[in-house]
Amino acid sequence: MQELLKQSSNPEILKPLLQAVKEKAAEFISLYGRKPAFMEVCGSHTMALAKSGVKQALREDVSLISGPGCPVCVTDQHSIDSMIALAEGDGRIICTFGDMMKVPGSRQSLMDAKINGKDIRVVYSPVDSIRIAEENPGKEVIFLGIGFETTIPILAILVEEAYKKGLGNFSIWMTTKLVEPILRHLLNCGDVMLDGFLLPGHVSIVLGEEAYSFLPEEYNIGGVISGFEPAELLSGIYKLLDIAITKDTRIINDHPSVVTKSGNVVAKQLMEKYFSLCDEAWRGIGSIPSSGLSIRREFDQFDAKKKFKVDPGEPKKTKCRCGEVIRGLINPTDCVLFGKACNPMKPVGPCMVSAEGSCAAYYQYMRECN
Amino acid sequence: MEKRISLAHGDGGELSHRLIKSVFVEAFGHNNEAMFDASALTIPVRDIAVTTDSFVIKPVFFPGGSIGKLAVAGTVNDLAVSGAKPLYLTCGFVIEEGFEISDLRAIVSDMAKEAKKTGVTIIAGDTKVVERGSADGVYINTTGIGIYENGRKPSLQFTEGDAVIISGTIGDHGIAVLAERGELGISVPIDSDCASLNTMLLKVCEEIDDVRIMRDPTRGGLATTLVEIAEDFSLTIVLNESSIPVREEVHGMCELIGFDPLYIANEGKAILIVPNEHKDKVMEILLQFPEGKDAAVIGEVTGTEKGQLLLETPLGSKRLLTRLAGMMLPRIC
Repeated sequence: MQELLKQSSNPEILKPLLQAVKEKAAEFISLYGRKPAFMEVCGSHTMALAKSGVKQALREDVSLISGPGCPVCVTDQHSIDSMIALAEGDGRIICTFGDMMKVPGSRQSLMDAKINGKDIRVVYSPVDSIRIAEENPGKEVIFLGIGFETTIPILAILVEEAYKKGLGNFSIWMTTKLVEPILRHLLNCGDVMLDGFLLPGHVSIVLGEEAYSFLPEEYNIGGVISGFEPAELLSGIYKLLDIAITKDTRIINDHPSVVTKSGNVVAKQLMEKYFSLCDEAWRGIGSIPSSGLSIRREFDQFDAKKKFKVDPGEPKKTKCRCGEVIRGLINPTDCVLFGKACNPMKPVGPCMVSAEGSCAAYYQYMRECN
Repeated sequence: MEKRISLAHGDGGELSHRLIKSVFVEAFGHNNEAMFDASALTIPVRDIAVTTDSFVIKPVFFPGGSIGKLAVAGTVNDLAVSGAKPLYLTCGFVIEEGFEISDLRAIVSDMAKEAKKTGVTIIAGDTKVVERGSADGVYINTTGIGIYENGRKPSLQFTEGDAVIISGTIGDHGIAVLAERGELGISVPIDSDCASLNTMLLKVCEEIDDVRIMRDPTRGGLATTLVEIAEDFSLTIVLNESSIPVREEVHGMCELIGFDPLYIANEGKAILIVPNEHKDKVMEILLQFPEGKDAAVIGEVTGTEKGQLLLETPLGSKRLLTRLAGMMLPRIC
């Protein structure tokens, strides 16, 4: 496996592949008189494209537009403020992914709350929060459950474990998001012109190839399921160009070693067992019906939203344009705050601090080199 | 001898005396230094180098070392990368009440071993005990004194074409410690690279006329240290991503948790910038030492006007590397 990964960033393999993508893009441009535009749905793709230099190398050939796939970035300000307000209560241990720590709330971040003495713990695996709950029976342990279908099955395992162990002091604050509803929303709005989607390999392990069939069938747009290594990214873009040129609109599974047609059935069953569809508010978009999952009523005792009442107040208004960034309407550099008032040390919006945020990717990897 | 440290071990009375005698003096040995409040030393009349450092690592024992070994190696390396031969070391201990004396003994013994290996003498020390909860186990502060034996300090004069060399794989210490804390939920078969580099680096200084600079990329990792060098001396440094040595285990672990090896701490590595014409000779010297067996030329100085560090990816794209904004945090997916 390691050998394969090494090959995937071997310059001798990458350079001819890059050349092939450039030639294919030139073919597209001569046919349509414009650059092809593809959206990478997932924040990990955004980061991988910028970090590997694929995006920079294709600057003149392909528009790669970052989509709404960074779970922290798409979380609306009211939800973020609620999670921080939750952390401010006494007798609580908040467990979270590291990405959330520096996300700016209207008044403070989780990092600020931690510095001010609140018990907030970054966990590498959500399952650690179960152990923390067992070790601290006198405290309420709350896991901040954000994420797409990549993460949601793990949250289901948390509920299952907590239920089996009869943990009375454990709950999850769910603000999860689903891939299909947001893609449909973007396509229905028609704000951004796209020639195809670069689809994330890891979410697709859960969802399966079939989950995207609505794209060609209902919207006549194709997609390629791709991994995250440089060679995989280039191969994915090449195949997207091929679909766009031949107009043979379909979904190509370019990650077949791990993504199957119907995905991970066990994970899907787990999600179905513990969660049900709910409306979710998306940053810069608003509420989208049935675009998230919440804990089923039978497992109410693990639903932090039912267990704790928080009132974070009205979110503070800023000039942050994260909402437009995640919809692919603007580049991070189009925001007046970018790199000046908003930077990783002093972020205004979540896209600047999340490990998958477009603004963070631009700031970290794509600032002009002289 | 008691099993655990108590506050009385820090009150200057009988228990303090016994602790110092049985743990520290026994390990470090002494001539007459311990009889006075200060050590009387003879330092040859030359330029001297002085450095100080504090060690607060958790856990205190980790694969490949301990806080004791780290304290000596870390201080020795600060002197060695400055081109100085390390001679003397002082150490101050802040110990938490309840700390196991057997652990303290093991830490002190590691210090003594490393000091012997590197040829430095521990000449002064201090112990303080703080209440349980006021410190986390044990902290060590050191001061190191070295001399410039042959007058060859790194020149700090750079020209275009200078080669950037790293003495081995990056990120081993940071990942080993993180794994040992048990926070990753995965056991990683990696030892810290904690090691004293003085013999190897001084050999380079002896044989090469014009070493530009040497630095040990500890906290903040390779990238942060090189950004500092680039900014301090207005250099453009271009690193070649595919030539930077990273162990497969470290690479894999970083991929999994969302860390970047370029920013992970090292405790037994040195960055050397040397004239291009001497790079092969420097590599030849480094490769003779076990601490330098994975050394590699990883980049070059391409300009002497702008202070910037660039990374050339395998695709040929260049991106700017900056200081890490805050701490690295594990990601969602």
